[in-house]
Amino acid sequence: MSSAIDLAPRTSFQGLILTLQNFWAAQGCVILQPYDMEVGAGTFHPATTLRALGPKPWKAAYVQPSRRPKDGRYGENPNRLQHYYQFQVILKPNPPNLQELYLASLDAIGVDLELHDIRFVEDDWESPTLGAWGLGWECWCDGMEVSQFTYFQQVAGFECAPVAGELTYGLERLAMYVQGVENVYDLNFNGGEGDEKVSYGDVFLQAEQEYSRHNFEAADTAMLFRQFTDAEKACRSYLEAGAPASETERHLMAQPAYDQCIKASHVFNLLDARGVISVTERQSYILRVRELAKACGAAWLKTAGGGMAA
Amino acid sequence: MPDLLLELRSEEIPARMQRRAADDLRKLVTDALVERGFLYEGAKAFATPRRLALHIAGLPARGQDVREERKGPRVGAPEGAVQGFLKSAGLNSLDEATIVTDPKKGEFYVAVIERPGLPTLDVLAEILPQIIRSFPWPKSMRWGAASAKSGSLRWVRPLQSIVATFGPETETPDVVPFSIDGIEAGTTTYGHRFLSPGPIEVRRFDDYVQALERAHVVLDTDRRKDIILHDARDLAFARGLDLVEDEGLLEEVAGLVEWPVVLLGTFDEAFLEIPAEAVRATIRANQKCFVLRKSGSEELAPAFILTSNLVASDGGLAITAGNERVVRARLSDARFFFETDKAVKLEDRLPKLDSIVFHEKLGTQGERVKGLVSLARNVASHIGADLGLVEIATRLAKADLVTEMVGEFPELQGFMGRCYAELQGEDPSVSAAIEEHYKPVGPSDRVPIDLVSVAVALADKIDTLVGFWAIDEKPTGSKDPYALRRAALGVTRIIVERQLSLKLRSVLEDADFFLSEERVAAPAREENEYLSDLLSFFADRLKVYLRDQGARHDLIDAVFALPGQDDLLMVVRRVEALGQFLDTEDGKNLLAGYKRAANILRIEEKKDGRSYEAEPDRALIAQSGEPEERALSEALVTAREAASAAVAAEDFSGAMRALSTLRVPVDAFFEKVTVNSDDPRLRENRLYLLNALRAATREVADFSKIEG
Repeated sequence: MSSAIDLAPRTSFQGLILTLQNFWAAQGCVILQPYDMEVGAGTFHPATTLRALGPKPWKAAYVQPSRRPKDGRYGENPNRLQHYYQFQVILKPNPPNLQELYLASLDAIGVDLELHDIRFVEDDWESPTLGAWGLGWECWCDGMEVSQFTYFQQVAGFECAPVAGELTYGLERLAMYVQGVENVYDLNFNGGEGDEKVSYGDVFLQAEQEYSRHNFEAADTAMLFRQFTDAEKACRSYLEAGAPASETERHLMAQPAYDQCIKASHVFNLLDARGVISVTERQSYILRVRELAKACGAAWLKTAGGGMAA
Repeated sequence: MPDLLLELRSEEIPARMQRRAADDLRKLVTDALVERGFLYEGAKAFATPRRLALHIAGLPARGQDVREERKGPRVGAPEGAVQGFLKSAGLNSLDEATIVTDPKKGEFYVAVIERPGLPTLDVLAEILPQIIRSFPWPKSMRWGAASAKSGSLRWVRPLQSIVATFGPETETPDVVPFSIDGIEAGTTTYGHRFLSPGPIEVRRFDDYVQALERAHVVLDTDRRKDIILHDARDLAFARGLDLVEDEGLLEEVAGLVEWPVVLLGTFDEAFLEIPAEAVRATIRANQKCFVLRKSGSEELAPAFILTSNLVASDGGLAITAGNERVVRARLSDARFFFETDKAVKLEDRLPKLDSIVFHEKLGTQGERVKGLVSLARNVASHIGADLGLVEIATRLAKADLVTEMVGEFPELQGFMGRCYAELQGEDPSVSAAIEEHYKPVGPSDRVPIDLVSVAVALADKIDTLVGFWAIDEKPTGSKDPYALRRAALGVTRIIVERQLSLKLRSVLEDADFFLSEERVAAPAREENEYLSDLLSFFADRLKVYLRDQGARHDLIDAVFALPGQDDLLMVVRRVEALGQFLDTEDGKNLLAGYKRAANILRIEEKKDGRSYEAEPDRALIAQSGEPEERALSEALVTAREAASAAVAAEDFSGAMRALSTLRVPVDAFFEKVTVNSDDPRLRENRLYLLNALRAATREVADFSKIEG
């Protein structure tokens, strides 16, 4: 093993990810891989949105690349990215000691709780597109928001019973903090030194520049408008095709339908970044996505995963 | 006497909810006790981020015994009546009832029911869970495995433990025996999350407070505020700086820590190129930190005060460094916004206002500004402000709403507009008006002075009021989502404090006209009465305002009872003059004379079933009236004319002086002349004369509204 590679969370971005994965794996979470679609946040992963619904217990953790087309800064802003990583943990029902577990995870990634001021500051979370809300906090470390902590109360318009606890770590920010770096592109990605070192910029700077151009200047809006309508239609038709024939039967296509809801949501974000959606239209697009999310949630509750008996 | 200690420990309670929650807890528990007949000596509630606590001192150990006598049927009454009585009184047989003899009704049964007072402990065990279950949090949640079932406990954040003890000072208190959703009330709590993580056993309030202090929790919010404020001032002073005090921020910060540790951080002086208010807003809103001034100067210093919740093992170096990093990043963003904003002139931002909806029924900000310009020009011509400057100021007044900086910090609206206007070299009056047209924001905020600011401020507020009245979105009860009361009070204060003579009705009509030009028709406007309704809303605001200034409400009513009172400044002057007049002997006597006349008229009008609202026949008075009658008749004509002329000249003291000439003839009239003469013609005419007195006083006010 090369001595130049250090996988401590304080020295490498991937070390941070691996440490969090190990920590939550030890808590009994299934460690999933990122969902293979473009999403705005880890919450969109069906492992959170859909699994938060219904009575079945569920524990999962995963990294989710998240796209926020509007946050593109052509690679010139040291803190803002149109593509970044979230580390997402969902525990249903939330264990009584979720706050303690969260703090232990900070300790595991090298945040010394005797040195740093950790605070839970009110932040009620709401996702208008997902028809979801919850109560919780922004978690501050020395005045910097490093995580979101939410007790889901409602998802896709349905009450969560039981309630799931959701933790979202902003990985780049957290890594910048533990590595003591001021610019995200300076993060050490792989823990190597000298020639062996790969920085965050080596991996993503070019992508940030290219996607910023794409998001703000080039994205084909005619195509995107078509895609939005197509996704909306597809979502509805999959829901209909999979719909149970009677009250006692299950829904057969909740997840493929939900994929189309995710798709519509991302396409909307791109259109929004291109500035082609007016203020009034904006609201109606959000509502359309929410209607899809609600319908998918309703379908999911009629599946085995959603807790419906055979 | 025994005390109650209650602690509800939870995960972090939002800072903004803590004080109210403590008050609610105290009120709900003490009300429930009082309702059950339990009096107490004192009650105080506390809140920290992680707990609500309540101490009630001096409760009795048990409630008072109650003895009740219940009357039953007479002896020998039918079986049905007897059974009903036994059942309702809880008796097994008539043997348990006593027989009472009444001289009228004969013998009947009486049940004596004695209920011993309940032990307070049992009552508390009944009350507390009910209060916890129905606690009025602004927002509450469910959590954990229990939330799988409906009806599970709701709290602001997960409730972790309950301490509830009751007992006298000298003995070990009892635990109030109750549990909610598996949380059993007990005597164990926890101190500071990081500094004293172990469990603490508590018995009663005194040792609870001390145990918490040892466990790094300052229970009392006001003490935490005090510590933060004093430590912050001291830290600032040591660096030759002054703390920019901020009560709202202090309250919030005190709700974010159980053990405040105040630290000072610095930032690069170069950030002070950003306007001071924007620096303050950035540091306050995002970081909940205080800014500092150079001692004895208005200038900000490149430093800030942060309040941490931790006595760190390195003395706070890492915490300070971390906060400095974040402040640096935030100020970099703010500087970027500021630089970006400066690159676009305010004028060039106007098209963007078309995409901001002001209200769905009232169109966009862009449309609104167009109407505002016309209205502001009209107002300006009434008050003598420079029309050209008012027009420019109004056009630019809302342009900063589409700047990056105001997008980030909405509370900087107006202020940033002024900064950008100054930077692009606008006339100072224009720049000032862009900020000041929002003023006054509250009853204690200052009123703009520059006439350009005044014109835009009046137009902005009046347009808002007329707009919302037109679509029938008036404030109701405690609901006033568009702050319309504040807008109307603002208009009132500007008019009165800047001494502007303005016919409000015609300004409202102008506003209505420009509204109709620019925006859609709205339902309330079809009934044209909505402007009168709005005018009386202004009258109400003026009454509140004058009452706060110490004016007599009856005098205000007396002036407002006159028709067409839409010049608020004249109303105020009239009320003042009336007050001064009624303080004089002449005034008091005239009022007495008026009351006498009004009384007679009221009685006679009622008796005769007719009104005497008409002019007296002066020829008849000259021909057959008494001398005093003639004198009064003549004096009334002169006084009324003089009062009317003085009112027209807005000389209200002059009008009062004119009325004061009536005192002598009125007194003489009542002394010498009998109103109810045997001659019906004379009687009728004398009543007309009294009516003429009533009419003369109406030149200045409706005296019938005046008390005393």
